[in-house]
Amino acid sequence: MLKSTRDAYGEALLRLGELEPQVVVLDADLSSSTRSSRFAARFPERYFEMGIAEQNLYGVAAGLAAGGKIPFASTFAVFATERAFNQIRQSIAYPKLNVKIVSSHSGFTASGDGGSHQTLIDVGLMRCLPNMTVVVPADAVQAGEAVLAAARYQGPLYLRLGKSEVPILFEPGSPFRIGEAVPMRSGRDVTILVLGTMLGPALAAAEELAERGISAELISIHTIKPLDREAILASARRTGAVVTVEEHSLIGGLASAVAELLAAHDPVPMGFVGVNDVFGESGSEADLYRAHGLTAQGISEKVLELLNRKRGEN
Amino acid sequence: MIRDVNPAELSELQRRACALRRHIIRMIHASGTAGHYGGSLSCVEILACLFFRHMKHRPGDPGWAGRDRFVLSKGHAAPALYAALAEAGYFPVEELLRFKRFGSMLQGHPDRLLTPGVEMSTGSLGQGLSAALGMALAARLDGRGSRVYVLLGDGELDEGSVWEAAMAAAHHRVDNLTAFLDRNLLQVSGPTEASMRLEPLADKWRAFGWEVLEVDGHDLEAVLEALERAGRIKDRPSMIIARTVKGKGIPALEGKTGVHSCTLTEEQFSEAMGRLAQC
Repeated sequence: MLKSTRDAYGEALLRLGELEPQVVVLDADLSSSTRSSRFAARFPERYFEMGIAEQNLYGVAAGLAAGGKIPFASTFAVFATERAFNQIRQSIAYPKLNVKIVSSHSGFTASGDGGSHQTLIDVGLMRCLPNMTVVVPADAVQAGEAVLAAARYQGPLYLRLGKSEVPILFEPGSPFRIGEAVPMRSGRDVTILVLGTMLGPALAAAEELAERGISAELISIHTIKPLDREAILASARRTGAVVTVEEHSLIGGLASAVAELLAAHDPVPMGFVGVNDVFGESGSEADLYRAHGLTAQGISEKVLELLNRKRGEN
Repeated sequence: MIRDVNPAELSELQRRACALRRHIIRMIHASGTAGHYGGSLSCVEILACLFFRHMKHRPGDPGWAGRDRFVLSKGHAAPALYAALAEAGYFPVEELLRFKRFGSMLQGHPDRLLTPGVEMSTGSLGQGLSAALGMALAARLDGRGSRVYVLLGDGELDEGSVWEAAMAAAHHRVDNLTAFLDRNLLQVSGPTEASMRLEPLADKWRAFGWEVLEVDGHDLEAVLEALERAGRIKDRPSMIIARTVKGKGIPALEGKTGVHSCTLTEEQFSEAMGRLAQC
């Protein structure tokens, strides 16, 4: 079954609207795309349209949080994190205000719109801000749970969502705790750490690798900050090799976060699947994923390359 | 007409304004670094009217839900805000002498996590009006009847985000939001109109849907009267353009360019404090 993480956001907001009277929602003329429009229709008095003005969107959200509300402020990822970065830094992260920055159309999911609309650095930008928690759900179930968890969590939080329909990989009601990695599959030879919706191709890669006699441990990382250090270090020690997979630049995202962690503790050989310091471009998502190795095949090849390198070193 | 402001109350406010100037000058001088004397001294009467007469607030209970809120969008005037908060009793006046020191609750720009009474962390210009609008919307949703005041600098109006917020405040018809513009005519590089033409400012704010009042920002009665009028305006936000003098109270700085952030010599310091000795 397929469903987008933004659709899960729209549905979860409706539940939150009933459950939590302090929740308010803001958007910047993209509520039909981010799916916050569903909340707007049901709870119009708690929805604020801010127009095409992202700096003010996040500034007003900060003020609402200072006034005791729990604002969810959504727009496309590129505009949320890049256009309004200084507002997020100065008015949300620095004063530690309880704003939920929700982005849709992240990564390559703004496919046809091209490089102007595809952000591959948003996780890096948000991750380097003190006080910021960064959550990237793997499917619509995790996304729905993440929205509810974000409302319960006190503090600035970035929730990265996508436009496209992706496979549902978790049972409804699967446990979701911010900061806790989810083991998907145990293995001996290599650890594959996956950020967000690349989980589908990574699962397929693990299957392919198993057919070749390679036992891959697979972990879904839905919270990149705070990173589940114990889970990652323990798995890296078990397998002695780590591949990270993300629909994001290799600079600043999961590759960086895991490399920083392992280098400081137990370095093991690593391989990285992600975007190598380039902007996006127009094309279908399939084209773009293929071009950047964000496919089951690309992940398998990276694992094989890493294991060959490791054998050569031994 | 202003609600029962009698001569005794007015002279009390004058005394407060004078005390704020002394605090500002002493705190910046004691910090041993260059500081924003000019932009702090230009807004003293505005802060005096808000903190010692007009706003509902409880210095002993900074988190009181029914309070009015004040946001210093021009965060570099932090010394003026700190002076008002200390003078009002949010924290001891002696704390002012730790302004900008390592580990102090009084950072170079306002920090809501460290200083009692500071509602919003500011310093990066052009953001306070958005935050104040959010606070006003929250108060309206809660039916709290509290008001939000925000002080903008004139140079700050170069920032596009101010105008985003101006549009949004009028669009959402908030009438519990009053902005002050500290129109001291100067920014870092010199006259505001030389850096970026701002005038006709009153027309601009009116065109954006605001009620605009214009006052002499150093005339306590005029500022109080404008606040009273602003409080009665319905369905739209209000902007009080306060004509001020940058550096008001230190003749060596008054209206001068090139001293947006500066130091005073010991002689200038003593002279300035001497002039303010009567309060």
